[in-house]
Amino acid sequence: MIVDKSGSPLLANENIKPDTRHGVILYVEDVSVSFDGFKALNDLNLYINDGELRCLIGANGAGKTTLMDVITGKTRPDTGTVNFGQQVDLLKLSEAEIARAGIGRKFQKPTVFEALSVFENIELSLTGDKGILTSLFHKLTGEQKDRIGEILYTIGLVAECHYPAGRLSHGQKQWLEIGMLLAADPRVLLVDEPVAGMTGQETERTAELLTSLAGKHSVVVVEHDMAFVRSIARTVTVLHQGSVLAEGSMSEIQANPDVIQVYLGEE
Amino acid sequence: MSTLTTSSTTSSSTADTNTGLNDSVTIPVNHDMKSMFLKKFEQLGSLHFVITLLFISTLYVTVCNLAFAEGSFLHVSDYTVSLFGKYLCYALLALAVDLVWGYCGILSLGHGAFFALGGYAMGMYLMRQIGDRGVYGNPDLPDFMVFLNWTEMPWYWAGSDSVLWMVAMVFIGPGVLAYVFGTLAFRSRVSGVYLSIMTQAVTYALMLAFFRNEMGFGGNNGLTDFKEILGFSLQSPTTKLALFVATAVALAIGYLVSHYIVNSKMGRVVTAIRDAESRVRFVGFKPEHYKLWIYVVSAMLAGVAGALYVPQVGIINPGEFSPLNSIEMVVWVAIGGRGTLYGAVIGAILVSYAKTRFTAIMPEAWLFALGGLFVLVTLFLPKGISGLLPNIFANKNKQQPLSANAEVKS
Repeated sequence: MIVDKSGSPLLANENIKPDTRHGVILYVEDVSVSFDGFKALNDLNLYINDGELRCLIGANGAGKTTLMDVITGKTRPDTGTVNFGQQVDLLKLSEAEIARAGIGRKFQKPTVFEALSVFENIELSLTGDKGILTSLFHKLTGEQKDRIGEILYTIGLVAECHYPAGRLSHGQKQWLEIGMLLAADPRVLLVDEPVAGMTGQETERTAELLTSLAGKHSVVVVEHDMAFVRSIARTVTVLHQGSVLAEGSMSEIQANPDVIQVYLGEE
Repeated sequence: MSTLTTSSTTSSSTADTNTGLNDSVTIPVNHDMKSMFLKKFEQLGSLHFVITLLFISTLYVTVCNLAFAEGSFLHVSDYTVSLFGKYLCYALLALAVDLVWGYCGILSLGHGAFFALGGYAMGMYLMRQIGDRGVYGNPDLPDFMVFLNWTEMPWYWAGSDSVLWMVAMVFIGPGVLAYVFGTLAFRSRVSGVYLSIMTQAVTYALMLAFFRNEMGFGGNNGLTDFKEILGFSLQSPTTKLALFVATAVALAIGYLVSHYIVNSKMGRVVTAIRDAESRVRFVGFKPEHYKLWIYVVSAMLAGVAGALYVPQVGIINPGEFSPLNSIEMVVWVAIGGRGTLYGAVIGAILVSYAKTRFTAIMPEAWLFALGGLFVLVTLFLPKGISGLLPNIFANKNKQQPLSANAEVKS
């Protein structure tokens, strides 16, 4: 059950509306996570504004993926709070509930439903009742079909809509996965290394896609590829040893002496 | 792209939301004719084909059994009728295994337990129908209870002389076991080989339990020496034929139900769980609920198969719980082709037929033959027999390149 901060239950199946009157959609405050003594996240504070495109960079082990895990409910932090808007406490929700509440996540490795067609992949990801009986007697409405078509268009897979997803190329799978996230109509999209293993042309298309999504959605991108980050980022957050080292525009980040020392200096 | 044909049936995507790109895009329905054909075949063709074939063969066996005298070329003997009835039970059982393994990716090595429980529910009813015609002539107690010097029936035998109760128990027995086991296993996210081992352990434990006389299910010997069902003698050829037809009807219903499930959105969720469970969870479904549901449905189908099996073979004993049986069921589905319903049916019938022939010719070689067949199919026919047909088309299909999305944009 979805419970807001004061403990009163909200309807579980309704896409709950986070309160973003202060312009911030995601509050991550004082979060620490340790695995067997290793501090993956160390008093981390991060605020994501509504509708922004944010890039997270950092060396291996800086805590980028752990942060995603905490936000999506896969990992529970030892201390700290994670709020969706001002009133929804994400730490009280299960993974499925967080997904339904409007936080979508794209994994590092593309995970699509290989045996199902591209169309069906999107169909399953649409918002709506996810109960068993509803699924058993479900029929697609015209509105839903239109929505699927719209998403297929956005991600550029209209011609492939009847192919089994397993037959798509690596880049196309990544886009399909982003399309699946869009189908859930999320407020926040967490995208983990979207261009790993992509060709130059595919990377360009992905950059276009992600920038076109910002505004309607808040997009958080974790990426190693600095050229890619430079091409899309408005605000960049640098993580180092589990906490935020620097935050700002790409040029500010590149001028920051701390950042040069620990991360960009290695380039 | 030439195959990008306009169609208004599936869905026309709204171009107005995509400003800056003025072409209206529609979803190409006829894009890939061959894969569409295959899909149609899987969805509808196989359904009509299987049901029609089942109907014709049932009719054929019935007519040839009744109309032609013994010795005639066309005569189908009573023995053969029972044998076919048995195969059809196996086919229903294979459907059950295929639902959880082929579609949901749960490799159950313990489906024999559900089959046997359904069989025991039927066996208890048949025992009560013997009445005072048993060896000891006791009108109240089945023979084995008299033999054990029991004076009254255990509480769980109450109601077993009622047909309705028996039918209910055929569903409830396997269903409850599947529900309890499934809830525990799926909620703690046990999967893969560990789950398989646990299912095997469950059926093995039940076998040991049912071997004990104190369990009150006839121990070692099980339940046998049945006389009649619903008042009809089990020895009469007509009853045997009726049981065969009933099994064919049950298989047809089971096939329709399974077909509906796997082609519904629920079936797509289940297939998605098989391929990427964590993604299903992030999309907002609860995989453990779906797994549990399909597992319980599958267990009930297996229970029905067991219940129809028992009157046709005349005995149910703890041997049916043996892990070896459960493994054999998995082999049927693997050989027939998991992930297709007709594959499971074909596999069960072919392998059982081969077993009948083989064990008659050289019994000691059967397990080697079965093992060898399994290895060969795994190596050369990973999709089983049912994979043969689509493969012929798919090979031609591969020539057709995947369209680049650039063509859509242009």
